[in-house]
Amino acid sequence: MNKIPASEKFATIAIIVGIVFFAFGTFWQAVAPWLSLKNIPVKSMDKIAENIPPEFYMLAEDYPEEFKKYLGEPGKASFIEALTTGKKVYIAEACWHCHSQYVRPVSNEEMRYGKVSYPSEYQNVMQLPQLLGTRRVGPDLIRESGVHSNDWHAAHFKNPPAVTPGSVMPKYAWFYDKNGRPNKKGLSIIAYMQWLGSWAKEPLYELSKK
Amino acid sequence: MTDGKSGVVNYSLVKFHIGFSMLYLGIVMLGGLLYSLQFIGLYPFSGIEFLSPGRIRMLHTNGAVYGFIINGFMAGLYWAVPRLTGYRVWNEKYIGWFLAIALQAAVLATAAGLLLGFAQAIEWGETPIFIDPAIVAWLIVALPQFVLPIYKHAKEKALYAANWYIVAGLIWIIMVYIMGNYVPQFFVPGVAGAAITGTWIHDAVGLYVTPIGWGLMYYFVPVLLRKPIWSHSLSLLGFWGLAFFYPLQGVHHYLWSPIPMYAQYAAVLSTVVLELAVATVIVNFLMTLRGNTEAMRTSIPIRWMFVGTINYAITCLQCAFQVLLTTQKVIHFTDWVVGHAHLIMFGTFGFWIMGFFAYLWPKMKKAEAYSKSLDEWAFWLVTVGTATMWVDLISAGLMQGFNWWGLSPFIDSVNFSVPFWVTRAITGVLITAGFVLFAYNMYMTGRRAPVSLLKAQTSGGKA
Repeated sequence: MNKIPASEKFATIAIIVGIVFFAFGTFWQAVAPWLSLKNIPVKSMDKIAENIPPEFYMLAEDYPEEFKKYLGEPGKASFIEALTTGKKVYIAEACWHCHSQYVRPVSNEEMRYGKVSYPSEYQNVMQLPQLLGTRRVGPDLIRESGVHSNDWHAAHFKNPPAVTPGSVMPKYAWFYDKNGRPNKKGLSIIAYMQWLGSWAKEPLYELSKK
Repeated sequence: MTDGKSGVVNYSLVKFHIGFSMLYLGIVMLGGLLYSLQFIGLYPFSGIEFLSPGRIRMLHTNGAVYGFIINGFMAGLYWAVPRLTGYRVWNEKYIGWFLAIALQAAVLATAAGLLLGFAQAIEWGETPIFIDPAIVAWLIVALPQFVLPIYKHAKEKALYAANWYIVAGLIWIIMVYIMGNYVPQFFVPGVAGAAITGTWIHDAVGLYVTPIGWGLMYYFVPVLLRKPIWSHSLSLLGFWGLAFFYPLQGVHHYLWSPIPMYAQYAAVLSTVVLELAVATVIVNFLMTLRGNTEAMRTSIPIRWMFVGTINYAITCLQCAFQVLLTTQKVIHFTDWVVGHAHLIMFGTFGFWIMGFFAYLWPKMKKAEAYSKSLDEWAFWLVTVGTATMWVDLISAGLMQGFNWWGLSPFIDSVNFSVPFWVTRAITGVLITAGFVLFAYNMYMTGRRAPVSLLKAQTSGGKA
């Protein structure tokens, strides 16, 4: 029995390789980044809803009947409801497989999209689970707020190539009611798009100071 | 490792897993093909919510891992572990069949969940949250099923390389799955969550698919060539190198992101170093083949396994290059990564599994393979398809990356990609056609009357 080298014993492999090596790697790749960032407070939905982008109020004006029906009065409660639903839709349709949510400090991305991403803007429950993404079939979305109008989004989700010729984005017919106007999913995903990056924008309207 | 131990293998379980693995591979390929049609404006189910391309994509990637690869590995493990150790697995009648049926239930429930819109936003862990506990339970039960016979065997003899990988892989995946599917979902948001997700994406491949795949290769290659592995020292070096450096690289999926740079540097460095460890494993296998290279011509299973190994060498070289922060400026977010993923998951592990099946199926059916020429056609269609897809997608990736860097309108990168995406769809057709021939050949082999003397259709060696 003594002839078995330690490296070929069951206990060595199960404990050193199985547990210790895994713990070491996971510490540097997962635990340490968390320790570095854990002092940045994580924003709750309530905290997020303290800054409602003007586009959300405009959405209520653009689609008054639908907004009232699906989300109620524009304000904190309806904004939280819209963001929560928007995030659900974004995940269910796997939007994040084709759209990233971070601007890198390289490859002229600052010129294309805007401010380079920084850790604190992700410390909120809307990034639980995180939606940074790993592929860009379409453009990055973390600075999307205000880049397009609500109408543009409404037309775009219904038929992307009609708005952006050449687009390969799928059509999302189920974001609309039978009159062709955005339903709860449609309004929420638009609200979500208009929220992404609203915190990093220079204020354009009085409303944004509200 | 001899045929004298065939009494310890439960053929029914191996066949069951092979069957389901092939079924899912077919579905996964159709899903991929369907998804590729969206990119060239030919998607047939446009406007149907449950068949939206985004959801089909998740079916493609998750089906490949949980349906095709895990079933394929289960078949390989049920064959290899008893033969490696001389002991039957823990329990076949209850645990074996429970695991077998539970896995199919989990895969089908996941597929339904994804199509109905219950996906989780964790790459390769899109499995709906309510199915995750079942998968963790499944992994915990699967551990003693295969590790118990290895444990018994280890009391008598030094463990062979195949066993090292299998023990480590089956222990790792439990912790990896829990970490990846729960922590970023419920506890850690934002950038730190991304680091954990990256570690999960990487570990699912590196700490489960890779060790089990290599473990099975360490069993099948020497058995098929009828000679021992070339170098024991290289086996040791490869294993310990892989085991130490592989868990250290998760963050390389989010380079240039707001994740702290020390984690990114560690990931880059360890990825480059890992390629040295991988090279020792590849050299070990290629040197084992030396002197028997005609087996590449005569034996279809050997050919699948070694072309897979060469694909592995290519992907790993590519990996050491593409992980550099400089290269990342161009290729990150592009189709380059998609090409890389296909060559490793299908070009390597898929090829190995098809090699295992091509060897096991006729052996268990006690019949010779139905048609050698069908096998040839299947092999060449899949190989040409996969290689072309890889070249096509990495070229597309370079074009896209430089296009973005050059600040031309974003839609340009989409328009210019269309020829590449058309090519990709065509390679998908080739691969699927090859798969159909492969499956048909297996089906016909199964229907053949058993031959009394099974010719060694495997060994090219005269040993």
